[in-house]
Amino acid sequence: MSKVTLTVNGRTVTREIEGRTLLVQLLREGLGLTGTHVGCDTSQCGACLVHVNGQAVKSCSIFAAELEGAEVRTIEGMANRDGSLSVIQQAFQDCHGLQCGFCTPGMVMSAAALLQDNPRPTEAEVRHHLEGNLCRCTGYHNIVKAIMAASGQDVAMAAE
Amino acid sequence: MRPFDYLRAESPDAAVQAAAAPETMFIAGGTNLLDLMKLEVLAPARLVDITRLDLGGIEADGDGLRIGALVPNSDLAADPRVRRDYPLLSRALLAGATGQLRNKATTGGNLLQRTRCYYFHDRDTPCNKRTLGDGCSAIHGVNRNHAILGTSEHCIATHPSDMAVALRALDAELELLSPNGSRRRVALADFYCLPGDTPHVENILEPGELITAVILPAPVGGRQIYRKVRDRASYAFALVSVAAAVRVEDGLIAHVALAFGGVAHMPWRDGAVEGFLQHQPPSPALFAEAASRLTAQARGFGANDFKIPLLQRTLAAVLAEATEVTA
Ligand SMILES: Cc1cc2nc3c(=O)[nH]c(=O)nc-3n(C[C@H](O)[C@H](O)[C@H](O)COP(=O)(O)OP(=O)(O)OC[C@H]3O[C@@H](n4cnc5c(N)ncnc54)[C@H](O)[C@@H]3O)c2cc1C
Ligand code: SF4
Ligand code: FES
Ligand code: FES
Repeated sequence: MSKVTLTVNGRTVTREIEGRTLLVQLLREGLGLTGTHVGCDTSQCGACLVHVNGQAVKSCSIFAAELEGAEVRTIEGMANRDGSLSVIQQAFQDCHGLQCGFCTPGMVMSAAALLQDNPRPTEAEVRHHLEGNLCRCTGYHNIVKAIMAASGQDVAMAAE
Repeated sequence: MRPFDYLRAESPDAAVQAAAAPETMFIAGGTNLLDLMKLEVLAPARLVDITRLDLGGIEADGDGLRIGALVPNSDLAADPRVRRDYPLLSRALLAGATGQLRNKATTGGNLLQRTRCYYFHDRDTPCNKRTLGDGCSAIHGVNRNHAILGTSEHCIATHPSDMAVALRALDAELELLSPNGSRRRVALADFYCLPGDTPHVENILEPGELITAVILPAPVGGRQIYRKVRDRASYAFALVSVAAAVRVEDGLIAHVALAFGGVAHMPWRDGAVEGFLQHQPPSPALFAEAASRLTAQARGFGANDFKIPLLQRTLAAVLAEATEVTA
């Protein structure tokens, strides 16, 4: 066992961990932040996507021990201060960008990373960006719509 | 996953000394290592975390570039000098994995990623690469993504990296640091091994040796193409890929470098094929002949037979595009 200290959604936390503890395990089991999901556990699906030091990464393929001093942001850190939904979250709700909701935390975190780098992406850029996020319900059209809407762009999507 | 000791290295020298111990491995981005550790295909007793080492950064190196081993694949693909002078490297990187993985995957780790042979990942089946002498399940098994060149009766796995194929076409070199403190430079051409009767040996790294940088020689110019053929348009490994840097002068091919992915245990290059194309006027007939020479020794194992014509056609198409010759 060893200790790791990191910042999660603005809060500094220290936890005892094993070498093999994954970041997603620390988040879900150690900190009770169960919004980050585990779909594949093999770095394919993107359900476990979080931001580490501002970058989108898959928390199922990172050891917690590597994150000493890092800043992590999860879906629980996405809402506005007053608890209302962020623009991206609201857009997912408005555009019905989720069905079962399993992939949604990863989708929202992925969308946030995209809009941070590219505030007005084209639809093609959104689709390309989402290649590492799989939606088993295949609700991709509405997810793309939501991200376009969150970027303040109108969506006139041909394929529906 | 088996428990292991985790150690964060504070300097390259400390890292290589720690890694010289038995059953010890480096961890960089972890995007390949973690998956294999979860499957217990790899079960190191100790991991040496190298991510805090000062091995990032892309710097000028004479007329070339020196790329730190920890430079993430995303940063390397986006670097303006890489995009301008070595565009095929940028394209190969962007054709691999996805954004979130490229944010974590490092230059050194990418070169050392393991094969995607299904049996290598399945501990319940024999695999010479995992346990030498157990036999190769792929030769008479499911081998759709397997090699057609340079195979042996002991292993027909491919090396899955796109980046390595680009670096091979660009004549990259590696800078290595050994546990006794000495440094050496090795051409990527001499780095990987064919399976032969030692398929568990994939490269010439000594125990504990660390890749510290990749060095690119001066840019060669010309048209650069990375064409990756895969089962779906994104997020899949190559069935066949072709990296090409071609310069045509006065109607003749003045420079040509070609490397091939998805077809061998290492990024494949064939000097005889390049020699054959050199100083010739580009034409569809020339490309067809080059493609048939490239595959003269190729051998399929059933499900991957299709890769032979696929490789031929992909090479011909890439050469046509690079030289702007239409059929
Ligand atoms: C879903 C998925 C899809 C993918 N698709 C593609 C694809 O299409 N094309 C492609 O090319 N790749 C693809 N990849 C593979 C990806 O590119 C590699 O996993 C990544 O490049 C490995 O880099 P890393 O830093 O994470 O390596 P790690 O996992 O940290 O390490 C890999 C190996 O290298 C060793 N190592 C790492 N750094 C060094 C060093 N500096 N010196 C010595 N040894 C070192 C480690 O000990 C380990 O054995 C995919 C991966 C996943 C999970
Ligand atoms: S092809 Fe190589 S890696 Fe695959 S089963 Fe055979 S020996 Fe193992
Ligand atoms: S659970 Fe991490 S990528 Fe699927
Ligand atoms: S909404 Fe069900 S997996 Fe995407």
